[in-house]
Amino acid sequence: MSEAVVSDPKAKVVIVGAGHAGGSAAAFLRQYGHEGPIVMIGEEPLLPYQRPPLSKAWLKGEADADSLALKPQEWYAEANVALRLEGVATSLNRGDRTVSLASGEVISYDFLILATGARARELPIPGADLSGVLALRTAADAEALKAALGPGKRLAVVGGGYVGLEAAASARALGAEATVIERESRVLARVACETLSTFFQDYHGARGVKFELNANVEAFEGADGHVTGVRLKGGEVVACDAALVGVGAHANVELAQDAGLECAGGIVVDLEARTSDPRVFAIGDVAHRPLPLYERQFRLESVPNALEQAKQAAAAIVGRAGPAPEVPWFWSDQYDLKLQIAGLPFDADSTIVRGDVAAAKFAVFHLKGDLVQAVEAVNAPPEFMAGKQLIAKRTPVSKTKLSDPAISMKEVAA
Amino acid sequence: MAKITYIEFDGTEHVLDVKPGLTVMEGAVKNNVPGIDADCGGACACATCHVYVDDAWADRTGEKSAMEESMLDFAENVEPTSRLSCQIKVSDALDGLVVRLPENQH
Repeated sequence: MSEAVVSDPKAKVVIVGAGHAGGSAAAFLRQYGHEGPIVMIGEEPLLPYQRPPLSKAWLKGEADADSLALKPQEWYAEANVALRLEGVATSLNRGDRTVSLASGEVISYDFLILATGARARELPIPGADLSGVLALRTAADAEALKAALGPGKRLAVVGGGYVGLEAAASARALGAEATVIERESRVLARVACETLSTFFQDYHGARGVKFELNANVEAFEGADGHVTGVRLKGGEVVACDAALVGVGAHANVELAQDAGLECAGGIVVDLEARTSDPRVFAIGDVAHRPLPLYERQFRLESVPNALEQAKQAAAAIVGRAGPAPEVPWFWSDQYDLKLQIAGLPFDADSTIVRGDVAAAKFAVFHLKGDLVQAVEAVNAPPEFMAGKQLIAKRTPVSKTKLSDPAISMKEVAA
Repeated sequence: MAKITYIEFDGTEHVLDVKPGLTVMEGAVKNNVPGIDADCGGACACATCHVYVDDAWADRTGEKSAMEESMLDFAENVEPTSRLSCQIKVSDALDGLVVRLPENQH
């Protein structure tokens, strides 16, 4: 029979992964009064930092390392959070409740939080190992990308997702040329509706970004070990000084999988962020989590998701009520556009565009019957905020009112 | 350094020295003050760094942008003194600032 696992504010907590999720879990544990030791293991040499600015403000030189850091160095000592930076967890022994590091160190735990994140998917094509073929996931990646940008430089972006488009916008801001190469017939094909895809492509196009759609990348071409172009199927070559590959991410599930924890593309957890082992939690990009609003399990890559799950795990460990459930949400900044997305368009059967697409101030609502499932808002905070509340409350809306921008969102949501 | 007092909803006070150039939100987050979540890290995209600024300081904390206004319009527990703390830059002129935190940020 398995022992009952009880909350314990004096327990020793080990966090594997020092990203936004891991760093926030340590912070919430202390905010919630956790007194036991906390050890955090991270592969990067840096203290936990915010990744979203890497493709935006940081790339444009508007943010520095200090502003990216979640907490200053002193905080970790004051809060008694022991760090193992550049530490690689190689195995997890759930029987002994230990984590082994590549350094040979073996760390015991009462509770373990896996916050191992995701890694950029690589393209298995010739030339992928040339210098100048870059990903954008870590501060080191961003450093390499920034060094490759500047007036007159040419950036090829493989993958028209958010990371790729944000990098293209930042490249233009720095005076570089940018070409986005996308396999599908539109950018943001997997993450946004067609109205939004068309709008973003036009907006980027008007600011000098070129697009190659329906384009399959065959190889990276190079000279003297450095990338010089991206060759498309059909033979055309997009010449470049650097190529950014932004084609999605894989969850880093290996540690959990090898230890026999249930995984499904991510580590499967419940609403407390607990895995199939009650002493082990998984949070952030790596977690395959329940989404009660949509009656399914899903893996989300976003800061709000990382924070929500960090709170869930910290609350379960110290034994306090978990946070109120949240509507998943995302944001992106490109040029002077603020894109805010609430919810996920699961099971939607209609869409309503509210506002003026040509004026870059509009929102696309995705509905299932008369319930809002998701909203994508461009420079439209009221639509985002009210939409998010409508999604949470599951209040039916009048489609007629919703499609009339003369009727305020307050009234629509009333 | 500017001395800023953050008062949690339950009355707990945090008196902190915040470096000019940071925002009032960053001063709280970097010192782990509970109650300011700042999900978006200061992009004015989430309204989870909501604070109340005493009237006496209103002219020194600056005007609300249209974006901030419309985010706050839909936040919970909004009062005339509500601000998003990510939009207030700390300067020596804010030495002594007192901000109060709402009951929750969501």
